[in-house]
Amino acid sequence: MKSTSRTAAAWLFLAPALTAIAIFFVIPVVSALVMSFTDFDIYALGNLHAVRFMGFKNYIRIFETPLFWVAMKNTFYFVIVGAPLSVFVSLGAALMVNSKRAKFKSFFRTVYFLPVVTSLVAVAVVWRYLFHPAHGLLNYALGYFGIAPIDWLGNPDIAMPAIILMAVWKNFGYNMLIFIAGLQNIPEELYEASHMDGAGGWRQFVDITIPMLMPTTVFVVMITIIGYFQLFAEPYVMTEGGPMNATTSIVLMMYEQGFRWWNMGYAAAVAFVLFAVILLFSIIQMLIQRRMQS
Amino acid sequence: MAVVSFSCNRFSGDKATIKFWAMGNEGELVAQLIPEFERNNPNIHVVVQQLPWTAAHEKLLTAFAGGSLPDVFQLGNTWLPEFTVLNSLEPLGPFTKKSSVIQLSDYFDGVLKTNIIDSTLYGIPWYVDTRVVYYRKDLLRNAGYKEFPKTWNEVSKLCTIIQRQAKEQGIIRYPFFLPTNEWVPAIALGMQSGGNFLKDEMTRGNFSGAQFNKAYSLLAEFYDKKYSPSGMQLITNLYNSFSEGLIAMYITGPWNIGEFTRRIPSKLQNEWMTAPLPSMDSTYPGNSLPLGTSLVISRTCKQKEAAWKFIEFLGSREQSVSLYKISGNLSPRKSAWEDSSFASNKYIQAFHKQLERVEPLPQVAEWEQIVIRLQIYVEYIATQTMTVDESLKKFDGEVDQMLEKRRWLVEQKKK
Repeated sequence: MKSTSRTAAAWLFLAPALTAIAIFFVIPVVSALVMSFTDFDIYALGNLHAVRFMGFKNYIRIFETPLFWVAMKNTFYFVIVGAPLSVFVSLGAALMVNSKRAKFKSFFRTVYFLPVVTSLVAVAVVWRYLFHPAHGLLNYALGYFGIAPIDWLGNPDIAMPAIILMAVWKNFGYNMLIFIAGLQNIPEELYEASHMDGAGGWRQFVDITIPMLMPTTVFVVMITIIGYFQLFAEPYVMTEGGPMNATTSIVLMMYEQGFRWWNMGYAAAVAFVLFAVILLFSIIQMLIQRRMQS
Repeated sequence: MAVVSFSCNRFSGDKATIKFWAMGNEGELVAQLIPEFERNNPNIHVVVQQLPWTAAHEKLLTAFAGGSLPDVFQLGNTWLPEFTVLNSLEPLGPFTKKSSVIQLSDYFDGVLKTNIIDSTLYGIPWYVDTRVVYYRKDLLRNAGYKEFPKTWNEVSKLCTIIQRQAKEQGIIRYPFFLPTNEWVPAIALGMQSGGNFLKDEMTRGNFSGAQFNKAYSLLAEFYDKKYSPSGMQLITNLYNSFSEGLIAMYITGPWNIGEFTRRIPSKLQNEWMTAPLPSMDSTYPGNSLPLGTSLVISRTCKQKEAAWKFIEFLGSREQSVSLYKISGNLSPRKSAWEDSSFASNKYIQAFHKQLERVEPLPQVAEWEQIVIRLQIYVEYIATQTMTVDESLKKFDGEVDQMLEKRRWLVEQKKK
């Protein structure tokens, strides 16, 4: 009797959170899934009788759309180049900020974290100046080394690297904080003991820091990859997917289909394809991690 | 939240509040015109909300979905079909019949037609935009042309001469710049060739038909013969390229009059001019596009009389002249062009001639999607990735897919 009332109380306390999750998460996701099997579009918005059940036709159409494959390629490019780069930069920054020899630690920690909390739109304005082909600081710096100016956002081959550069700069601070927390959790005794055994800085890094940091690294890599697959805001504010679709990501394509053309059914299907891709990647990563541990 | 949801019928005493959404620069400038309206109509208060052009389309659609469209808003001409599909616009015919200010006969025909869908009037043109040629007078003069040629055949000849003369001087020069990321020249040429872009009650693409093929081949010729660069990298700054003579002719809209006046060096200021589009047959000028924007009333608006009063004010001949004076936007009303401020600008005369010869684009909700996609195909022929026939056939396939829903709806209606 007592336990049932306790369960009831627990449910009562959980109810607000569960209701919020149901309203703002479960219902939208389920309705998006249903929508992805229909052709909900601008005609349907005007008149609900114009909705048709499409079965898997939206999904088939996605794979037949050339732009989808371009967006897929761009997104993978961003994830494969950007995510490792971001993780390395974060780790490097964490090591430096956490180093015993470093001065003004909290100052640098704050400075490196600033881009994360700055509004992306403000950041984009500044970076558009930096990237400006004629008056940009980046080209000015390159000119110092005798390198001809680069049309950062106008050249289809350079635009994605430029977006990666900005995204890494904007996001590395967050992972850096997680790495710092991980580094501070490594017991000091391990370093002292290895020092007694005559291990140098590099050996300590390879044999103590890296293995002890493994759980943190796995978490960071996973979160970064999932986040980077959802690339949207950077190209949306910087290039609008151009030039020649070179920075159109899956989410940007989904946004355009959904909110620009109001092809909601099709856009919802794109969302679930992206979900499947991210899920697949996360499973692969977990399998690799499990194998490494055993 | 309460303010948003009740904005349409919020009265304070007898005072009506009209919510008005306007886009871009005009959205900001229109605020200067409103005090006069409020002075003349003390019981109407106008609240202007400015939207950036890049987000306006999404904003309006989501506003419709959320039931929060403003009373009066500005709509791009090519967006009208979409919003009528949504049944979100109030038919304006009954209002114009009673109005002494908005006289439909005073509007340029092609521009007015874009606001009439299935013989119902939904918008009052606010300002217009069409495309004409901007050219370097000196370079044309050197090639033996005192005036801008009237046919595309002549333009083609002119390009050959300019190109040859440049080569003799050892200069790189592209006589006629047709950007590969623009659909306007392709569509203008298509109109001039006399073909319909869509067939079967506008439910299928007709781009691979003989007429559009002819227009598109002409476009391909400009790239093949290097009259125009076939990429965008070369022309990083239009105004510099034009001043340096890297390009001699370019099709663009009225906003560039101001830009050209500001950005082209003073020694060249007397050496540029505008001209209506050349033609593919003997009529002149050749057809161009009626772009620009209209004012519409939302169907859910609760105070349509007040909303109409506001449209009548902005649409009047006087205010249309004022808008031109503060923003440079061209008036859709023929009588406004008789005003001295219009008559004294030599650059806009070409636009005047052109506005007499504009024709509405197909009024289907998918049109914007179609032309944005066309851009990619212009790029394909410019870079010779595809032949003209191949790319048009492929494009028709894509258009047919975009129009699938429309096809189904048209068939449903017949049943």
